Amino acid sequence: MVTPLNQKLVRDLWRIKSQAIAIGLVIALGVLMLVMMHGLVNTLEETRLAYYDRYRLADVFAPVNRAPTHTLKELAAIPGVAAVQGRVMGEALIDLPEVNVPLRARAISLPDTGSPTLNDIFLTDGRMMLAGHVDEIILLKGFAEARQLTPGDSLTVTMNGARRTFSIVGLAQSPEFFYSTAPGELAADDSRFAVIWVGESALAAAYDMEGAFNEALLSLEPGAGLAAVTNAADKILYKFGSLGAYGLENQLSNRFISEEIDGLKASAVGVPPLFLAVAAFLLYIVISRMVQSEREQIGLLKAFGYSSAEVSTHYLKLVLVIAIGGALAGIAMGIAAGRGMAELYQSYFKFPFIVFEVDPVTFYVGLLISIGTATAASLLVLRSIFLLTPAVAMRPPLPPDYRNALKLPERFQRILDQPSKMVLRRVFRQPGRMFAAVTGIACGMALSAGMISVMSGFDRALDVSFSVLDRSDANVVFTHSLTQKSIIELAQVPGVIAVEPYRSVPVIFRHGRHHYQGGIEGLVDNPRLYRALDTSLQPIPLMPNGIVLSKPIADILQAAPGDWITIDVREGRRPLLQVPVAAVANTLLGSPVYMQLSALNHYLKEPEQVSGAFLRLDTAQRDQVYRAIKNMPAVAGISLKLDSRISFEKMMDQGAGAMRYIMALIAGVITFGIVFNSARIAYAERERDLASLRVIGFTKGETAFVLLGELTLVTLIALPIGAALGYYLSLAISEGFSTDIYQIQPVYTSENYGIAGLAVIFASLVSGWLVKRDIDRIDLVSALKSKE
Amino acid sequence: MNGKLPNGDDIAAFRTRNLSKVYGEGAATVHALRGVSLEIPKGEIVVLLGPSGSGKSTLLNILGGLDHASSGEAYFQHQSLTEMTNAELTQYRRAHVGFVFQFYNLMPSLTAVENVELVREIADQPMRPEEALALVGLDKRLHHFPSQMSGGEQQRVAIARAIAKQPTVLFCDEPTGALDSTTGRAVLKVLQNVNETLGATILIVTHAAATAKMADRVIHFADGDIREVIVNTAKLSPEEIEW
Ligand SMILES: Nc1ncnc2c1ncn2[C@@H]1O[C@H](COP(=O)(O)OP(=O)(O)O)[C@@H](O)[C@H]1O
Ligand SMILES: [Mg+2]
Repeated sequence: MVTPLNQKLVRDLWRIKSQAIAIGLVIALGVLMLVMMHGLVNTLEETRLAYYDRYRLADVFAPVNRAPTHTLKELAAIPGVAAVQGRVMGEALIDLPEVNVPLRARAISLPDTGSPTLNDIFLTDGRMMLAGHVDEIILLKGFAEARQLTPGDSLTVTMNGARRTFSIVGLAQSPEFFYSTAPGELAADDSRFAVIWVGESALAAAYDMEGAFNEALLSLEPGAGLAAVTNAADKILYKFGSLGAYGLENQLSNRFISEEIDGLKASAVGVPPLFLAVAAFLLYIVISRMVQSEREQIGLLKAFGYSSAEVSTHYLKLVLVIAIGGALAGIAMGIAAGRGMAELYQSYFKFPFIVFEVDPVTFYVGLLISIGTATAASLLVLRSIFLLTPAVAMRPPLPPDYRNALKLPERFQRILDQPSKMVLRRVFRQPGRMFAAVTGIACGMALSAGMISVMSGFDRALDVSFSVLDRSDANVVFTHSLTQKSIIELAQVPGVIAVEPYRSVPVIFRHGRHHYQGGIEGLVDNPRLYRALDTSLQPIPLMPNGIVLSKPIADILQAAPGDWITIDVREGRRPLLQVPVAAVANTLLGSPVYMQLSALNHYLKEPEQVSGAFLRLDTAQRDQVYRAIKNMPAVAGISLKLDSRISFEKMMDQGAGAMRYIMALIAGVITFGIVFNSARIAYAERERDLASLRVIGFTKGETAFVLLGELTLVTLIALPIGAALGYYLSLAISEGFSTDIYQIQPVYTSENYGIAGLAVIFASLVSGWLVKRDIDRIDLVSALKSKE
Repeated sequence: MNGKLPNGDDIAAFRTRNLSKVYGEGAATVHALRGVSLEIPKGEIVVLLGPSGSGKSTLLNILGGLDHASSGEAYFQHQSLTEMTNAELTQYRRAHVGFVFQFYNLMPSLTAVENVELVREIADQPMRPEEALALVGLDKRLHHFPSQMSGGEQQRVAIARAIAKQPTVLFCDEPTGALDSTTGRAVLKVLQNVNETLGATILIVTHAAATAKMADRVIHFADGDIREVIVNTAKLSPEEIEW
């Protein structure tokens, strides 16, 4: 049965429908984010697990220089190891006729017959290699697609200095390569890095690995300790040149997807509350306004004998309809958005399959917190219903009291016209209300300013990395460290303007119980092409003795300047070094560890060695340079900065990085929502006054001034406050966006703040325009008939 | 077109022919006015009487330029109100019309004198606000906000505001409806005063039949049309009226 109160409920909802929808939408967006992100976390984790499981991805990777095959038996005997697979891996270069630079590739062996025990591949096209057909290979699907190669095509590959032509018989994906980068590069680029799978005997022959392997893959029994197994494996492989066994969690591609999942998890916790807080704020304003204007009705209901609880329930129902409606819409939208995002992730991570699945608990959580927030917001208001006595219904309506309104100085009073006085007095009469409106708009400003600062932080990270920090045109990597003589050779190639050598050495850092597997970058004394810079773009001074740690690594190692670090060098003679930490630097990109080249060589007792060089080229002769370098046997690869930059940009625009666009959009929506609601409420409160002005003979424009003047004033007060809040918000947001690979520093410029301010002003203008339309359409007769 | 006519003074303040107003449609249709034809001479005090819902306010709102008629014609002097656009109606109200409502409709954020100032800023030849407030007997309460005044005082500020622009016509929709009889009488006295000193035509809608005794003309309304028009030859002053 429809009670009169419920009928009032329906009518009230209809009356405030645009606001109800706006608030419901904000709630829906919050729940959408919650459902979508939790769903994606769940989906990515499950899919990854299933993918790893189906293709038997190893738990431990143990690279080694060259270990005889029988060592695998020893590895299998380590307690806790379930299965072992040895394989041959090698760096290779692919020569494509249409590409100037040789493209880097990794060659990986597969058993000559049957599938591998561990790290199987997912054959998408063609067939496997046939036993004995040594010129057959399988190519990573991502690269094949990027380069438009198909089974049947042939491929020229340089392995270990020897050039050979293979025929592609199949394409495959692998859980090992969600994210494939050439060694030394930061960002993945399908078109510039390939993986080729080759029959074991063919690949062993190419890399002098007959009867041997250079990577052991281990899977663990449930409950086995990772550290114990890697230590045991390192011990067994030590004499064969172990490069340090590591667990799946440190595997590059896995780490990449883990970061993505962690980012989603963090957003799933951090973003929805933001929406719900905004929704609570808006609900509070709308309900308090409604209760205030219906004081007499409430008094009347009470006079009839309705209890305070019954009347409160009536208003609470209204709030709950909005909250539940919003939450349900959010759940539906979240599932739809999650499905869409899951498909994007599938192609991004190249999963063979993906099923978007949300834990139903998330739905209840979404519903409950929506209801909870909305109820909390309205409880504050409902208190006033309990305090109201039925007698107010009997009293004539009292005009709002302006007795204590802002006392304008006499001189000022005379200058101001009456409409301006109305604006000023109203704004300052209820400081609390004005504070709420200012806070709301300031939050919008803060969101915009914060997001824009972070967005330009992304651009700056790119710009700084690729034009300030790295001023070279190309980076040449050698197959092994060479003497400085090779640098002279490079410098003599026509078209090369400048050469700057560097040495990068794979190491394991140890400090107390902490360790980190990475590398040391040895840079020349006064670098000009590639410089170590801190976040304020000042050169990081490199000391003659001691290393400079980037902040993330110092945190992992718990090391501070002055501490001594043990460095376990993973190449050449593999010495164990004790080196002091000279400084900890805030770096922009990656997590590097720097050292002076001469100091590094001194510690390694290998004077004059370099492992690569940065080049500055003459643009006109670029192609000749590439051709000359392509034919140098010691060159493992060359990467062009332009290519790296493009792939880096691509990486930042996909996955979590893409979230910044969504966040920016949301910031815009919220800003608008707050500003529009403030304007709507100001209008609702003043409808009668505005109608009176129109009756007296004020034109639409003159009438609008009274309302829009207020909106303008509030906006102007809110802008600087919002700008200050935005500063702190940007710090938090950039923290969230920063990863191991890149650190985002928000950028504060007057331009950024100007744009944010303009966005808020634009939102105000649009809101003002929408409200102005209402003023123009005001029904003079009925507005005057109703009391408030 | 006003200026072209030689005998502007002889022209009625308002004239309507077959004026109708219909609200809603279908089953919910309400005929608020059913073809009203009337003539109101200049400078008179006219009282509209009739049961609630008989269409008095509707007529007042149309003549006051707040609402459009559904059909028929309405003239203010020579100007056809029924043909005016919204902007022209605004200009008409601005130039000629003063309104007084049952619930005063003052700006709560402005003091008495500032509420009167408000219309001065848009009028051609306004009175000084103090003068207007003196006319309604409120020269002592210039700087009070509406919340600091009684209902009668607020209504008198509303009248001062309406007359400050020296309107040609003054519309009062139940101006004493929210007041006690003594205060109501004071307000009516003010209206009579305004009529005498400014020569404004005044239309008063009221429930209180006794008010009719101060009118030049009494229009009885019922069911959306005029029942009867009585020209009052023995006008009384509000003080003399028995309530
Ligand atoms: N906005 C409206 N919508 C529908 N009906 C209306 C509206 N305004 C007035 N009416 C109807 O028109 C009729 C005349 O109303 P009104 O002129 O206000 O009467 P009075 O002022 O004589 O009491 C009434 O029946 C009323 O219900
Ligand atoms: Mg009426």
